[in-house]
Amino acid sequence: MFGKLTLSAIPFNVPIVMGAVGFSLLGAIVVLGLITYYGRWGYLWREWLTSVDHKKIGVMYIVLALIMLLRGFADAIMMRTQQAIAFGPNHGYLPPEHYQQIFSAHGTIMILFMAMPFIVGLMNIVVPLQIGARDVAFPFMNSVSLWLTVISAMLIMVSLGIGDFSRAGWTGYPPLSGLNFSPDSGVDYWIWSIQLSGLGTLMTGINFTTTILRMRAPGMTLMRMPVFTWAILCTSILIILAFPVLTVTLGLLSLDRYMDMHFFTNGMGGNMMMYANLFWIWGHPEVYIVILPAFGVFSEVVPTLSGKKLFGYTTMVWATAVITVLSFSVWLHHFFTMGNSATVNAVFGIATMLIAIPTGVKIFNWLFTMYRGRIHFDTPMLWTLSFLVTFVIGGMTGVMLAIPGADYVLHNSEFLVAHFHNVLIPGTLFGMFAGYSYWFPKAFGFALNEKWGKRAFWAWSIGFYVAFMPLYVLGFLGMPRRLDHYTNPAWHPWLVLAEVGAVMILFGIIFQAIQLFVSIRDREKTRDLSGDYWQNGRTLEWATASPPPFYNFAHTPVVTERDEFMARKEQGTAYEQPTEYEDIHMPKNTGAGFVIGVFAFVLGFSLIWYIWWLAAVSALGILGTLIARAMSDDVDYYVPADEVRRIEEQRYAQLAEAQQGGQGGDSNQTPIILVHQVQS
Amino acid sequence: MSINSVVKFIRRLSSLTLLLLGGCSLAKFPLIDSAGPIGQQEYHLILISFLLMLIPVVPVIVMTLWFARRYRASNEKATYAPKWGHSNKIEAVVWSVPILIVAVLAVLTWVTSHQLDPYKPIATQEQPVRVEAIALNWKWLFIYPDEHVASVNELVIPTNVPVSFRLTSDTVMTSFFIPRLGTQIYAMAGMTTRLHLMADKSGTYTGWNSQLSGEGFSGMHFKTIATSEANYKTWLEKVRQSPKALDSLTYEQLAKPSSHTPVTYYSQVQPNDLFAQVISKYMHGPTHAGSMTAHTLSESSK
Repeated sequence: MFGKLTLSAIPFNVPIVMGAVGFSLLGAIVVLGLITYYGRWGYLWREWLTSVDHKKIGVMYIVLALIMLLRGFADAIMMRTQQAIAFGPNHGYLPPEHYQQIFSAHGTIMILFMAMPFIVGLMNIVVPLQIGARDVAFPFMNSVSLWLTVISAMLIMVSLGIGDFSRAGWTGYPPLSGLNFSPDSGVDYWIWSIQLSGLGTLMTGINFTTTILRMRAPGMTLMRMPVFTWAILCTSILIILAFPVLTVTLGLLSLDRYMDMHFFTNGMGGNMMMYANLFWIWGHPEVYIVILPAFGVFSEVVPTLSGKKLFGYTTMVWATAVITVLSFSVWLHHFFTMGNSATVNAVFGIATMLIAIPTGVKIFNWLFTMYRGRIHFDTPMLWTLSFLVTFVIGGMTGVMLAIPGADYVLHNSEFLVAHFHNVLIPGTLFGMFAGYSYWFPKAFGFALNEKWGKRAFWAWSIGFYVAFMPLYVLGFLGMPRRLDHYTNPAWHPWLVLAEVGAVMILFGIIFQAIQLFVSIRDREKTRDLSGDYWQNGRTLEWATASPPPFYNFAHTPVVTERDEFMARKEQGTAYEQPTEYEDIHMPKNTGAGFVIGVFAFVLGFSLIWYIWWLAAVSALGILGTLIARAMSDDVDYYVPADEVRRIEEQRYAQLAEAQQGGQGGDSNQTPIILVHQVQS
Repeated sequence: MSINSVVKFIRRLSSLTLLLLGGCSLAKFPLIDSAGPIGQQEYHLILISFLLMLIPVVPVIVMTLWFARRYRASNEKATYAPKWGHSNKIEAVVWSVPILIVAVLAVLTWVTSHQLDPYKPIATQEQPVRVEAIALNWKWLFIYPDEHVASVNELVIPTNVPVSFRLTSDTVMTSFFIPRLGTQIYAMAGMTTRLHLMADKSGTYTGWNSQLSGEGFSGMHFKTIATSEANYKTWLEKVRQSPKALDSLTYEQLAKPSSHTPVTYYSQVQPNDLFAQVISKYMHGPTHAGSMTAHTLSESSK
């Protein structure tokens, strides 16, 4: 009846696990309780859970990313604490099987359930606005993507309390991840959470490629697209090409585990080296899937906050495209030590270094955008500066690792751990934080608190160095990664120092939580009336209100320039109110995406526990929902022109208010409205 | 300037850097204070690439901080050119500098990948010591096929004599790594990988499995003792005195999962081809050996 699932799957006797479960459940109960107390279920269902509006879907993605950041960080600080104390006779507070679950979950969560939702969230909020579209190409599919990602993250959370998570590392190399060596449900949680969210991500890739290629405003040629949109186009293409490889690879691993097949097993013709190749044929492009959008964010933040045109737009676009192509030609550098021939290793090593060229060019282009600018040190710019300084160090160690001869001693060591955190934290995470603070006023109509933002920035930036530079030293001290216990006294002080860094990062996260609270509390002080919060907005998302009306633009903008909104401000046409309005065609909200998500959750859970009847029922549920949705003709509607006029008149009244609040108020001469209320 | 003189220069520079590190004892850094030629070459390679990479990295860091300060919004004196966004000269520099550095690194990579190929025997007149290493859960078994003896979790080698390893695994994928000697290589079931190392300093060095391999992973390390030829011979004699012999039955017992396994000596290895048998037990069934990378799968060509 319940497959492999019994009551003994719940680890009642492990206090640390039950503590984590209790804490997560408490959080969930408080949130659900508050929603009930304020009677917001109807609102939540109508306005959010069933929404197909790209901006709301984007916000929900980022909420997920922030929640999973907390979970991933909790894992991180538990690991750091274990390594700081598990020295010599002290074996720490985590047994190996628990420690190994934690680092496996940390990697899986941070890449697939923190970085990816953050990126998809930002692209959802920004891309349609930047290209002057009303929504994405497939709004309903967008909702399905979101819910598949959410339920996959929930599956990982459930693994805390029911059964185990994988102990095979986030890469899940067989034969360790095979049934012989990992017979429990941990690897299955890992497989199905990645499979289901991967499907969601693939649909996101298809959605955004189509949206960007087919739905740009008239006049917006490819070479007039904002660089962030370019980055997302390249990312989406990478997703389409790379994620099916992951799906197939995990599918083969599932066949090994569920059907006793031998794709990757020891013996019987299985070949674990094939898994390593396939995994990284997805895994290396995945690195660029998470880093290109961040590069896109920096390419928006630097010009806006330097009050200057982006330096070398064409180069920037080409560099992004070159990285996209090259990212598929370097996967083998993840296993130079697998016994490949010298020539194979050398070729992949050199291919890896080639990526440093376009990346280096991008960095210089950001620098020369700052050059002769007027730089405002608001938090998005601070994150960018910290990225520039820190990322080049990670790039440097990356090139070192790309040399097979050097990798022979640095592979699988703490040096490697230091390296990839040194690129992913300043690159992806600081990029996402920069984007979060940069577009927050656009999404919500008020800004994030600068004071707490800067405190968070310093805690994160300094904490990063204290936490990760010691790991480089530990690499030279010969420390392998993933140890739950060690006896070498030379390692101990560095691991204690790394723990101090982790605590500093903890303060960074606490400051970010305070920042969010304070910002919402004081929202009237930072209200963005003009829609152009940073005053120097260059691209179309700043041309509409903050938050934008659900249809984004009353009239689809006609584009004549690369920095269209800046050009309009200069011509004095940015804030002209149209005299005519027309009906707007919009997609209707639908609960189908949410329902599919619920069925997919049950499907994943029942596959993990071998509850076949339930898996069949939920699969049929998904299919049925899809068919019902496909049969429905009631999927869209028209917003009447009068309604558009009413909303737009409010917007222009707000603009007038903004102009009066600004300095001088000579709006005919200076169409750029100064409403940015500077905080102390 | 030949590669050798570059290496000499780097060596001098490296001793200077190490002096700067002051109090830190060198012996604590296995990757820097390498005890063998392979590790030394690899350390120099790391150092050369590090110094080469400093050529773009230092200017970027300096420029970031300098531009940020110089062009801060409050500095009205600095030039402001909001419309300026293109310069062929700068573009030429920002493309050519990384290309040049990568070109140098590419040559370095090509040459050293071949020099440091783990499969390449170390060129000396000495006859290499042959060792067959088998990764087990969670310990290492070392067979000395020419001496017909074996040991668990202790590898003794003579200094200044190359050691020729053949490696496999009787469990999951593992990676054999002695940080003070250099290069690591994966050991995988059903396959042989090869590795050549040499110690030129006597001492005891920890060796690891650096690839996550399950519950006992953190305890899967062993002692490598590099010592004089005479001491090595004495050690072999000691092993030959051991009452234990390694036959198929003992091996089956040994292969069962255990952690922190004490050092054990076996005075005899029967059957002689135990290593080959461990590999061949994964060769049953519909294998597709022919389609695998010959380099990894089979040592017959070497």
